[in-house]
Amino acid sequence: MHVSIVWLIIIRDLVKKYGNLTAVDRLNLDIQENEVFGLLGSNGAGKTTTIHMLATLLKPTSGTATINGFDIVAQSAKVRSSIGIVFQAPSSDEMLTGYENLKLHSWLYSVPRNIREKRIAEVLDLVGLSERKNDQVKKYSGGMRRRLEIARGLIHKPRVMFLDEPTLGLDPSSREIMWKYIEQLVKQEKITIILTTHYMEEADMLCDRIAIIDRGKIIALDTPSRLKATIGGDIVKLKLVQNTQSNIDMIKKFSFVHKIENVSDDGLLVLSVDNASRNLPVILKFIDTESVEYTSPTLNDVFLRSTGRNIKEEAEGGFMEKYARYDQK
Amino acid sequence: MLNKVSNVTSIEADLGKLYALWLREFKVFLRERSRLVASTFTPVLWLFVIGSGFGSTNPATGVDYQKFIFPGIVSMSIIFASVFFGSYIIWDRKFDFLKSVMVAPVSRETVFIGKTLGGMTTSLVQAAILLVIGIAIGINLTALSLIQTIAVVLLLSFALTSVGLAIGSYIESLEGFQLIISFVVFPLFFLSGALFPLKNLPGWLFFLTTIDPATYAVDALRKAIIGTSAYSFALDIGVLVAFTIAFAVFGSYSFRRMKAV
Repeated sequence: MHVSIVWLIIIRDLVKKYGNLTAVDRLNLDIQENEVFGLLGSNGAGKTTTIHMLATLLKPTSGTATINGFDIVAQSAKVRSSIGIVFQAPSSDEMLTGYENLKLHSWLYSVPRNIREKRIAEVLDLVGLSERKNDQVKKYSGGMRRRLEIARGLIHKPRVMFLDEPTLGLDPSSREIMWKYIEQLVKQEKITIILTTHYMEEADMLCDRIAIIDRGKIIALDTPSRLKATIGGDIVKLKLVQNTQSNIDMIKKFSFVHKIENVSDDGLLVLSVDNASRNLPVILKFIDTESVEYTSPTLNDVFLRSTGRNIKEEAEGGFMEKYARYDQK
Repeated sequence: MLNKVSNVTSIEADLGKLYALWLREFKVFLRERSRLVASTFTPVLWLFVIGSGFGSTNPATGVDYQKFIFPGIVSMSIIFASVFFGSYIIWDRKFDFLKSVMVAPVSRETVFIGKTLGGMTTSLVQAAILLVIGIAIGINLTALSLIQTIAVVLLLSFALTSVGLAIGSYIESLEGFQLIISFVVFPLFFLSGALFPLKNLPGWLFFLTTIDPATYAVDALRKAIIGTSAYSFALDIGVLVAFTIAFAVFGSYSFRRMKAV
C-alpha cells in the first residue's frame, strides 16, 4: 500500500537576525506528520529562536514557514490553534492549582464546553498528575511542573507539540520519568513532536529524526542510527600482550577492520570495526590481548565531527536572544 | 471552512477567554492575602493618622477633615491598586506566564481587557472595604451616592490599570517598579487634591491638579459622598471618561507592540 507523506511543517530560508548577530541562518526543513523530530545543538545554537518563530512569538527577519498549512506570520492565530508548546522555563501560574491552569487554557483555546472536563481529566491522567490536580502549582516539584506544562500544551489536541529542552534542569530520575511520559504521549496522542535538546542521549532515545544545528545552521540531518553510521564502525580499544608488527598485520587482514591506530608503545591499539559485538570475538580468537573495550559511536561523535567541538553543557539557554535584546538598544 | 462557524460562536469564545483571564486575576487576588491586607492597611493608616492629625488643626475644608479626605483616601487606594495591578504585567512576563497566554489564540486586546477587568474588580473590593470603614466614621451613603461611587471607582480604575499596563509593557526589569511608584503613583495621589481643597492653591499647583485624572475622581467622590466639590459631577465624569478612553487606547497600543519573548 502506498502511504503518502504529509509534511506538516515546511520551513524555507528562515532567518532571524539580532543586529549583526544571525541567530537563525537560512533554515530549510520539512517535518512529517506524527514524527518525533529533534533539534540538537549546544546553547545559543538557535534552537529556541527557531521554536519561538514557529510558535509565532517572534517575527522572522526573512523567510517563511507553514505549520499545518498555515503561514506563521500571516495566519498566526490558526498556527497557534494548531500547536502546543512547553517552554524551557515553566510558565504556569503558581497561585492556581494544576486543574485551574488547565481550565484557564481550555478556555483560551476554546475547547468545546461538552468535552472540556473530559479532556482535562485525560491530559492530567496522561502526565500522572490526577491526584495532585487540586494542589497549587507552587507545591509541585520541578518534574511535576514540567509535566503540567505538557498537559497544558495538549489541552486542545494540537497537531504539533513543541518541547523546548523538556528535561533541562531536572535531576536524572525526574528526567527518566519525563522520557517515559513523552514516549507515552507519542503512543497515545498521534501528534508531531519537535523537541530541542542539548542532551545527546535524549535526542537518540526519543527522536525519529534529528537535525544537528550549530550557529543557526543545520549541519546534519537524518535518523539517529544513520547519523551514527556516518562515523564508521564501533571503536575498539585493544591492549596486546605482544606489541609486534606481525600481530598488527594480522589484524589488518580482517575485512571488518577499517582503521588501526597504534596509540602507544605498550601495545594499545584503537580500531574502527564493523559490528564489534559479533566481530570482536573473531579477533580475540587469533590475537592474545591483555584487555579489550569497545564503544559504539554516539551522537556526540557525530556532533564532534561536524563542528569540531563537543556539545557542552553551558549555562542555561536562551542567552543569545537576551544578549541580542540588550545589544539592539 | 472553520471560519464559518459563525460570528456568534466566535463572540462566545472571546467572552470565554475574557472570563478565564479575569477569573485567573480574581483568584490570584483572593489568594494573595498579604497584598489585600497591605493595600487596605495603608489607606486606613492615612485616614486615621493624617485625618486625625491634621484634623486637630482645623484646616479650612468646610467639613470635618477626616471626612473631607475620606473620598481622597478611597481614590488613593484605587490609584495604588490599579497602577500596581497593571504594572504587575512585569511579573507575568518575568515568570513566563504571559508567554503561555501570548502563544494561545487570544488577541492582545482580549488579554488587555481581561487585565483591566481584573484591576477594576480589585479596586471595587478595596473600595467596598473602605466604604464600610467610612460608615464607621460617620459617612452617610445613599443608594444614589453608592452608585455614583461605584461608577467613579470603575472609571478611575479602568484608566489607571491601563496606565500601569502601558508602563509595564515598556519596562523589562522588576527594578523599574520603584520608578513607577515614585514617578507615577505618588504624583497621581498628591496632585489629586485628595488631602487638600482645590480652592486658593498657588497657580502652579492648581495647574498640576487640573492635568491629574485622579483630581476629577476625588472631586466626583467628594460630591457623591460628602456633598462638596470644586467642579460639577457631570464635568468630573466627562473628564474622567475622556482620560479613560485616551489611556485605554494608549495602553492597548503599547500592549500590542510589546514583544512576546
